[in-house]
Amino acid sequence: MASPRADTTSKIILSGSDLHRVVDRIAHQILEKTSGATGTVLLGIPTRGVPLAQRLAARIHAFEDIDVPVGSLDITLYRDDLRLHATRALGKTELPGGGIDGRRVILVDDVLFSGRTVRAALDALNDVGRPSSVQLAVLVDRGHRQLPIRADYVGKNIPTALSESVRVSLTETDGLDEVNLTGAPGGEA
Amino acid sequence: MIKHLRSAADLDAATATLILDTAAEMAALAGREVKKLPTLRGRTVVNLFYEDSTRTRISFEAAAKRLSADVINFSAKGSSVSKGESLKDTALTLQAMGADAVVIRHSASGAPHRLASWVDGSVINAGDGTHEHPTQALLDAYTMRSRLGRLDGLKVAIVGDVLHSRVARSNVLLLSTLGAQVTLVGPPTLIPVDIAAALEPKTKVSYDLDSVLPDMDVVMMLRVQTERMQDSYFPSAREYSRRYGLDLARMRKLPEHAIVMHPGPMNRGMEITPEVADSSRSTIVEQVANGVSARMAVLYLLLGGKA
Repeated sequence: MASPRADTTSKIILSGSDLHRVVDRIAHQILEKTSGATGTVLLGIPTRGVPLAQRLAARIHAFEDIDVPVGSLDITLYRDDLRLHATRALGKTELPGGGIDGRRVILVDDVLFSGRTVRAALDALNDVGRPSSVQLAVLVDRGHRQLPIRADYVGKNIPTALSESVRVSLTETDGLDEVNLTGAPGGEA
Repeated sequence: MIKHLRSAADLDAATATLILDTAAEMAALAGREVKKLPTLRGRTVVNLFYEDSTRTRISFEAAAKRLSADVINFSAKGSSVSKGESLKDTALTLQAMGADAVVIRHSASGAPHRLASWVDGSVINAGDGTHEHPTQALLDAYTMRSRLGRLDGLKVAIVGDVLHSRVARSNVLLLSTLGAQVTLVGPPTLIPVDIAAALEPKTKVSYDLDSVLPDMDVVMMLRVQTERMQDSYFPSAREYSRRYGLDLARMRKLPEHAIVMHPGPMNRGMEITPEVADSSRSTIVEQVANGVSARMAVLYLLLGGKA
């Protein structure tokens, strides 16, 4: 049963300052797990993974004065659900100078859900080079995986119902920093 | 997204811009070691060519293959067409084989429109008679945008045999949609009366190339269709070349930033001299490379989503 818009519950999961702290923590974890981020490249998945990757790089620079190359990896052409939707516009793919061969690539995305986006990103990576290893950093893990994929760095685990949706807003793309959970839990969407 | 690309008039400004933006991403992918993308896996693209063509057919084939589509090449020579099979029967055969897209080149204007009513897949016009060649216009617009940074407000001269040129017609339509100002230049016998009214009212016409050049951002030279020479549209090849050919002296009249385009195949020494064709202002080779990117964009946008 469709509920009127006004009745839709919307809950703030992360406020702007929460979000900044979470990004700081992931930046520290990356430094820790990669022994100072040597030979590491951050690749954001458009749209919101790209500013997140840039923020992580900026924080890593602020903490340890290390410059981590940042790029973007569009996965649209590798999606497995292209035929289920109207044609999607492509995002930008920009690899940092020096490419990704032999480096540790950390994929950055806003929400980890079914895992299909990450699967597509792994396929796309395969066509642009051969990284020595691939890791995954996400701002929010909302569960409901459909593929055997897990994240190495998670900002926040949010238990959700399938009918709910997680909305990440970032200043660069949406004008403010916030993460919302919308939709009635248990109710039919 | 539209289903067919039969005419440049099928495209509004937003759709045309989306195709050019997509082409830019496709061009970026062309620099990679692995150029193949899995996007159109399992889709079938038929190249149905009733007229000879080198670059357009190869370009469409390369574009479809880079997107992993299965490509079937059909040329009228050596097929049942030479046994008298009609376009409709050929279309029904393709339909039965399950073609997701048919790329058609035909000597009859309007053949793609008829074909679209017989097949379920998308129809892409790769040149029909003296009517249209929309993907050429897209790759030309893409080339202008990547060289000059914009299309809105650009001044473009299309020079030569406008009467028989499908490239000219598609370019007038698309460039006007995207905000460029087109001037058609050529001998009066080769510029149809009332073409501006018929195609796009903003279009200007001039019979004097020299007076037009200083004001242009782009000069697009059309091929003189030598197969039509016996029809006396102009007195001699030499006279045509003197009045409407682009040589170094004429090229110097262009502003510093202006570019010279030609859809190919060229008659060197006729509408364009070799020095101009090989100069740094010429985008002729670039146009061929951009053709693959533009056609990948069209195939992706027509076939990539839900049918």
